[in-house]
Amino acid sequence: MGKTFQRPEALSDAVTHYCPGCTHGIIHRLIAEVIDELGIRGRTVGVAPVGCAVLAYNYFTFDFQEAAHGRAPAMATGIKRVRPDLMVFTYQGDGDLASIGMGEIVHAANRGEKFTTIFVNNAVYGMTGGQMAPTTMPNQRTTTSPFGRRVDEVGMPIKVAELLAALQTPGYIVRQTVISPKYIKRAKRAIKQAFTYQKEGRCYSFVEVVSTCPTNWGMTPMEAIQWTQDTMLPYYELGELKTPETTD
Amino acid sequence: MGKVLMKGNEAIGEAAIRAGCLNYFAYPITPQSEVAEYLSRRLPEAGGVFLQGESEVAVSYMIFGAAAAGARIFTTSSSPGISLMCEGISYIAAAQCPAVFVNIMRGGPGLGGILPSQADYFQATKGGGHGDYRMLVMAPASVQEAVEMVMTAFPLAEKYRNPVMILGDGLIGQMMEPVEFPDDLRSEPSNKDDWATNGMDTRRSDKRNLVKSLFLDPDQLNRNNLALKAKYDRMNREEVRYETYHMDLDYRVLIVSYGTMSRVCRTAIDNLAEEGIDVGMIRPQTLFPFPVQQVHDAAQKQSCVHVASIEMSMGQMVEDVQRALQGVKPVSWYGKCGGDVPTPEEIMEFVRTLL
Amino acid sequence: MQSEVMFAGFGGQGILLSAKILAHAAMKDGYEVAWIPSYGPEMRGGTAYCTVVVSDRPIGSPIIRNPLHLVAMNRPSLEKFAPHVKQGGVILINSSLIKISSSRDDVDEIRVPVTDIAKDLGSTRSANIVALSAFVARSRILDMDLIRDCIKEEFANKEKIIPLNLAAVDEGQKAGLTA
Repeated sequence: MGKTFQRPEALSDAVTHYCPGCTHGIIHRLIAEVIDELGIRGRTVGVAPVGCAVLAYNYFTFDFQEAAHGRAPAMATGIKRVRPDLMVFTYQGDGDLASIGMGEIVHAANRGEKFTTIFVNNAVYGMTGGQMAPTTMPNQRTTTSPFGRRVDEVGMPIKVAELLAALQTPGYIVRQTVISPKYIKRAKRAIKQAFTYQKEGRCYSFVEVVSTCPTNWGMTPMEAIQWTQDTMLPYYELGELKTPETTD
Repeated sequence: MGKVLMKGNEAIGEAAIRAGCLNYFAYPITPQSEVAEYLSRRLPEAGGVFLQGESEVAVSYMIFGAAAAGARIFTTSSSPGISLMCEGISYIAAAQCPAVFVNIMRGGPGLGGILPSQADYFQATKGGGHGDYRMLVMAPASVQEAVEMVMTAFPLAEKYRNPVMILGDGLIGQMMEPVEFPDDLRSEPSNKDDWATNGMDTRRSDKRNLVKSLFLDPDQLNRNNLALKAKYDRMNREEVRYETYHMDLDYRVLIVSYGTMSRVCRTAIDNLAEEGIDVGMIRPQTLFPFPVQQVHDAAQKQSCVHVASIEMSMGQMVEDVQRALQGVKPVSWYGKCGGDVPTPEEIMEFVRTLL
Repeated sequence: MQSEVMFAGFGGQGILLSAKILAHAAMKDGYEVAWIPSYGPEMRGGTAYCTVVVSDRPIGSPIIRNPLHLVAMNRPSLEKFAPHVKQGGVILINSSLIKISSSRDDVDEIRVPVTDIAKDLGSTRSANIVALSAFVARSRILDMDLIRDCIKEEFANKEKIIPLNLAAVDEGQKAGLTA
């Protein structure tokens, strides 16, 4: 009898460094499954961010580059422009993409660069120890907003997917989450769709994944999932904001 | 192909193509925007890649991404733009990727001005970005030499897997001179399969490649930096290039000068010779590695009473000249920085004050 | 032997182009040449200038404060640069636009109504070529046929305007020799 469940070939057997309850592991696995299913491991290049996922390359078995903080979309642009045959994706967190790297992501998306971005939004800077991010929720406490995010001082959290969807060029913009099996299946479909559009050379594709950070939120993993459901999802609405079909 | 009359900036763009580099990302900035303008027409026609990035910061990472994917790649900018690229350059050097950067210097600091300057000597030779890294830095004194240096830069960048910088000034970019593109400086990109992230299928390998600069373990980071240092030491041994002028004479003053400034010095030296004042010159063609030994030896000559570093800056290269001399002869600096290039007469006047 | 020729005028008077044609022609004649523009904001509106150095050996300083010759297309550039011209050089004055003289008695000053000549030929845009040709004829710095060859090359993509510019060479040459 064959195995019914096994590690994707694109995923390594490294022991995780992510915290208990962190959803990076799930998202990594979804990407690896999609790469296996599309048969593209031998021509995929990932670009790691600065943030908790800087070591993402330890969990994958294909070529990887490590970017500076926020610059992954520029690196991916460089790779894809000189090697359009490669499958290229950036994997970025909210501090990386929505703060220091806002310029790079907007311009790469607006040029319609034919790579894929997986944007992990957990409303906080993880690696540096839980500071406020551009996506931190109103009144959410972080180490640099100890009294809660004051929107009168720093504005409302940035809805990156909506912001990019306002541009005419980017083709596929979607937001999903991975806080339950139902959502995980949808997230995988979105990631696969994003890579498929890239494989077809069609458009820039962007998948925002609403995620948890129990450690920096000061919650148990179960509480974190509940908080995501109750606080983040009403603000960060799930679904396809844009597809090439609606754009064309 | 015979000689053609070309503007420095355009010749630099053409030289890269002739060297076999068909990929260019850049952001416009005076006085070198003609490189981008030229290549935006020429690269598509040559089957290459041209992209105007959204900022110099982004461009430096486009360069990094493309270099790490194994492509021959270069960019051009000018001083304030290079400051922004220094972030990417540090990463590229750390991750050991080959790339060529051209800096057509203008006056600084800050926005400074747009006229010729040599005020980025420190930035080019001693850092710019953070961390222990070096670039191989070449300084052309004519459009022809800029062409040759650009063409040489690619194989050198690949040999050392390190960024190489061509440090010109606004005049080199804006001037037109006759140029020839030497066929023998054409080169094939080296095989990068053992390190580049060019896709495992491309290189028929099951071993994945990783391009990175993060080493959280102090021993690993130290090892990486020692490996970098070994390359820079080798550059110091093998890549020093320089030219001399009037060194066979019993010169009383030795001038060290590079780029456009060295041409003005040459005229001053000719004129001084007619007055009976013999002056010799060493023109470093590589600023890193700096011709330390050669400057030191030249200053030892019995007749030489003074060494002068003449540069379009407030005295930057002079520190390397002092380092080379180890106090054996007195060293002075003369220069201007603002775009008003010192004239031969001004240099002659300065040299007379040394005697 | 080295000659420096400064072309100066308003931005838009074709200063850079006439200088380039001279540099190109000198290169074809086997000389070392350098074409050194002024660049930047000063190009918009004010006095634009460009220096061509022609030499029989490698060119040293590209910074020329005292050119041997001056081709002045407008009054501000004559006032600014005439005092710096070396003794014995040629100062060509576009007398269509400049009513004053250089007040130099140690140079060969010639007055040529280059803008009017160009207008008579059908387009003031060829004034720069008239001036260049008048200067070359007067200074004998190069053979005029080299200028003609370089004009044909320069305008290879705009063949229609070659006859006009060749006519400008003829008229400029005549004016330069008789001025």
